Amino acid sequence: MNSMKHHIANSVKSIPPSGIRKFFDLVTQMDGVISLGVGEPDFVTPWHIREAGCYSLERGYTMYTSNQGLLELREEIAAYEKRRIGIGYSPEKEVLVTVGVSEAVDLAMRALLEPGDEVLVPEPSFVSYAPGATLAYGTAVPVPTYDIDQYRLRPDILSRYITPRSKILVLAYPNNPTGGVMYEEDLEALRDIIIENDLLVISDEIYSELSYYGRHVSIASLPGMKDRTIMMNGFSKAFAMTGWRIGYACGHQDIIGAMTKIHQYTIMCASIMGQKAAIEALRHGETEMRKMVDNYNYRRKLILSGLQEIGLDCFEPRGAFYCFPSIKTSGMSSEDFCEKLLWEEKVAVVPGNAFGASGDGHIRCCYAASISNIEEALERMDRFLRRHKEIRISKIV
Amino acid sequence: MELEKRILHLLENNARLSCKAIATMLDEDETKIKSIIEQMEKQKIILGYNTIINWELLGNDGVTAMIDVKVTPEREVGFNSVAEKIYRYPEVRCVYLMSGTYDLSVVVNGESMKDIAWFVSHKLSTLDHVQSTVTHFILKRYKQENFIFEEPEEDKRLVVSP
Repeated sequence: MNSMKHHIANSVKSIPPSGIRKFFDLVTQMDGVISLGVGEPDFVTPWHIREAGCYSLERGYTMYTSNQGLLELREEIAAYEKRRIGIGYSPEKEVLVTVGVSEAVDLAMRALLEPGDEVLVPEPSFVSYAPGATLAYGTAVPVPTYDIDQYRLRPDILSRYITPRSKILVLAYPNNPTGGVMYEEDLEALRDIIIENDLLVISDEIYSELSYYGRHVSIASLPGMKDRTIMMNGFSKAFAMTGWRIGYACGHQDIIGAMTKIHQYTIMCASIMGQKAAIEALRHGETEMRKMVDNYNYRRKLILSGLQEIGLDCFEPRGAFYCFPSIKTSGMSSEDFCEKLLWEEKVAVVPGNAFGASGDGHIRCCYAASISNIEEALERMDRFLRRHKEIRISKIV
Repeated sequence: MELEKRILHLLENNARLSCKAIATMLDEDETKIKSIIEQMEKQKIILGYNTIINWELLGNDGVTAMIDVKVTPEREVGFNSVAEKIYRYPEVRCVYLMSGTYDLSVVVNGESMKDIAWFVSHKLSTLDHVQSTVTHFILKRYKQENFIFEEPEEDKRLVVSP
């Protein structure tokens, strides 16, 4: 077959293939795998929310909505954000409903970046930000964070990566893959740098309800930060609605307006069924959501103590549903570790370097899995580590 | 009492959780959890531990019936003494005092409909103070104690995702 690669745009060619893809192809060929490799809740969307989606179809809600999303939903979002982070957004002008937060990130990058503008992406991080910047002709600049800092972004490190072309800082806390959280004082420490350098912030707060120590603080709520921040949130994690693809962005009307322009020509609107279900989630979903969060918290403690028992160092994740233990004592690289663990013990975890170079030497374990699967996976990992320790010792002797 | 409740909520959903797991999840000491559970067993707050079984998958043809029983209450003891006489039969799984058109709801297991018919006609209806009974056979179990019978919990997620 003739190669058509020369037709592919350079911006797309320049993006490396996802580190997870290769792994995914491996895993799908195997049976009996226990997976701690997923990035979504193990709960199904609560029934009352699913039912609201069904009911909207029964009632014949099968058409487009306004580009910005149903006003009814935007009003609920504005009220929810007022409760959650204490900021008032105008439902008419400052809220845009998107196809998940991923779309919102893409829109913001395209709406804001000139070719060559730099996007500061603290790493390890979710996989979309850097390619999002590249596809918008910007340049992603990885800024490392470390386990000794509990994966919080340090102002002195951030300063080192700022150039005259720096335009956007991505803050995604609670963080996927590390479980790191930025508290008010951590955000406050970044504020001066952001303002001095006239940076805008994309604040991806999709895991904010999954904060296990105290309430989540949004950087948008700090003085002088509301207009500079495009605050993004959605329904996937808190309400277990990943497949519905409903997210949103809140921010200054000029920025939301620009994002809406791209959205209206490329996406038109998010699905009406999903939007109807999202309204139900915001109106009546709190109780079920709290139950799910409690449940994650139980499992967080279980896996953390389990990882420590089998000798993997792990800082305590304070949000999201991931642990990010170090596997340096195994003497293997992240990818090597994950591949061997999969072949030998049929446990799927994700290599840390899939989330940026600074994630190397770690693995991401998702604890949105049943307790029995977590326990079984830990047993298998224990066996794996012991065996490889013996192999190493025998080589030395 | 708060800790006790949290332990009970965990056990209610999964009675096989180890004390060690419960202790980790609740940030407590394992021996403390163990002694609280033992205490609650002694106080009959925890009456026992059951398994939810889908017998049909084993091809068992056992029958369960829910029987509405009308009772003439007795002086001083009300419905209690009749209820007690009923629940002492080992084939009786549950007995509830109900509001509404009848008084006691009785759940009975048997090997066949005949078994249950015999129980109702010979044992239940013949009790003093029992006025009448209406027997409903369970045709199909959909959900019991939070477990869905026909739709096994299956993880539909992709095995690896970002």
